[in-house]
Amino acid sequence: MRIKHHPILDDDSRKCNASIIVDGKKVPAIEGEPIAAALLAAGIRKIRETSKYHKPRGIFCAIGRCTDCVMIVDGVPNVRTCVTPVRDGMVVRTQKGLGEWGEKP
Amino acid sequence: MMEKKGVLYQGFPSMEELEKSPGVPSKDRIRKGPVACIECVQEIPCNPCEEACPYGAIKVGKPITNLPVLDQDKCIGCGNCIAACPGLAIFVVNGAREKAQISFPYEYHPLPKRGDTVDCVDRSGKVVTSGRVLRVVKAPNYDHTAVITVEVDQAYIDVVRSIKRLEGSDDE
Amino acid sequence: MKRTEIAIIGAGPAGLSCAVEAARAGAKVTLLDENLKPGGQLFKQIHKFFGSREHQAGTRGFRIGEQLLKETEELGVEVLLNAAVYGIYEDKTLAYIKDGKDYALQADRIVIAAGASENALAFPGCTLPGVMGAGAAQTMINVHRVLPGKKILMVGSGNVGLIVSYQLMQAGADVVALIEAAPQIGGYGVHAAKIRRAGVPVYVSTTIKEVIGEEAVERVVITSLDEKWQPVPGTERTLEADTVCLAVGLSPLTELAWMAGCEFTFIPPLGGHVPIHDENMETTLPGIYVAGDITGVEEASSAMEEGRLAGVASAESLGYYDEETAKALKDEIWQRLNSLRTGPFGEGRFKAKIRQLQARRQLA
Repeated sequence: MRIKHHPILDDDSRKCNASIIVDGKKVPAIEGEPIAAALLAAGIRKIRETSKYHKPRGIFCAIGRCTDCVMIVDGVPNVRTCVTPVRDGMVVRTQKGLGEWGEKP
Repeated sequence: MMEKKGVLYQGFPSMEELEKSPGVPSKDRIRKGPVACIECVQEIPCNPCEEACPYGAIKVGKPITNLPVLDQDKCIGCGNCIAACPGLAIFVVNGAREKAQISFPYEYHPLPKRGDTVDCVDRSGKVVTSGRVLRVVKAPNYDHTAVITVEVDQAYIDVVRSIKRLEGSDDE
Repeated sequence: MKRTEIAIIGAGPAGLSCAVEAARAGAKVTLLDENLKPGGQLFKQIHKFFGSREHQAGTRGFRIGEQLLKETEELGVEVLLNAAVYGIYEDKTLAYIKDGKDYALQADRIVIAAGASENALAFPGCTLPGVMGAGAAQTMINVHRVLPGKKILMVGSGNVGLIVSYQLMQAGADVVALIEAAPQIGGYGVHAAKIRRAGVPVYVSTTIKEVIGEEAVERVVITSLDEKWQPVPGTERTLEADTVCLAVGLSPLTELAWMAGCEFTFIPPLGGHVPIHDENMETTLPGIYVAGDITGVEEASSAMEEGRLAGVASAESLGYYDEETAKALKDEIWQRLNSLRTGPFGEGRFKAKIRQLQARRQLA
């Protein structure tokens, strides 16, 4: 959920001027915001699955330090979605396990 | 399980802690007219209240961990200190009229409007009575800390310190 | 190879303040930060800071940050963003990666102001999506303007837990409870009073037993603790929540200091292993300084003062200030720093920092 009106900060007047494809579905986003922010705004909380037991993982630190938030972005695995900015048309996939180089987007 | 009283256990000062605080005015003074009520009971390095008062009615001095001392005779209840306190711990209470008036800092959205009837809460957040909004003041130097004044029954003058948050409005 | 006089690693409150002081003295300053935007954790602080006028009390944290940024621009500080420093070598060469390319920077003095990171807590269900650091939630709501959830359980009653609970409510979420394992609230009473007024229950001597959910947090189970911090059977309570924020302390990010060869000491109140430094914020390696949370977890106000100290001291060591001028500036900063470390909340940190300075003297 996006926070448009805030008691301390100015109104958020940004418009969703971009979209990303997440596991095949189009998700509205704001160009330049972290991918993880667009996902949270769309209510997507599961980011990846662990290698052995396929357990769900989500965001933990949100500042690019813990790597819990990594996904496959435009075919590149292990991309930290909390610090990687959205580009219109980006293809994002839930990473299962450690990911592989050269995975199709 | 009995909850221990006091700011360290409940998160808000007990009546005893408030009575001992040099920032809390006497009941007599409250009955005479508007006066600041500084509910600051822990020594932390902080003194913007001292600078905010145009009448010199608040003294912190050095070290700046001193609890603010209210000179209740100098204080006229102008309310300048309410938005100046980073801890949102200062109020203005007025027990001189038929109904009690309580001014408090408020930093949520949406704000109530003048004339609204609102649920008023005690220090633990419990709704204790209904009140009418007399004033909502937003000044540039308050930097987004609104000061709301509500009118409640006199019985609640030592009790009500805020209102229940209003339901969020127009966001999609 | 690229050269600079003073290289500052980390553009948070300590790094920015350091850059301003060093540049004011006349030194050539390069400020590096691995993030896309400077400011560290300062820009998420939407509450009014405490202290006195000289600490900018009553001003919201992010406005102080904006002012610092403006000053670095006016003073011509070179700011390299998206620049992750990954190595410090013997001759004070820094290695960093910027925009995917590898670079080296030769510096005369280095200030490491890398800050601290949030601690985690282990309990069944702690890995579920929806369990995150309190700082993470704060970043999401105040910087990125998105809510991580609507019904939050906050774990930890230090200032971070108390302040972030308040800010989550300002952002439109509900805090179903704040729990604290210790028998009393750790942060400022005034911060706790704000969230109590807003109807948030605060439970001391309470910890989290487990978090339940399939793909994300759905419910949380909390339990009371006895005087020995052991769970009391039969006191479990289940609360509906979709997010659990952990505000259980921070630990200094000290990798670069370790790697460079700085000596460390172990001081739990400061967050654990911290680099040893003297009154000039200089480590045991001549010409390498530290400032801010990396030296011990405190607050933004003290980080800024330590940054100023390191800025003045490093500029002095390069000859930009004579001894007398530098001493006057440093004494002023030490006065402001000491006044922050007073009272029942600050005293412990004051004593801890004295231990750190003593550790330096013992090695002399």
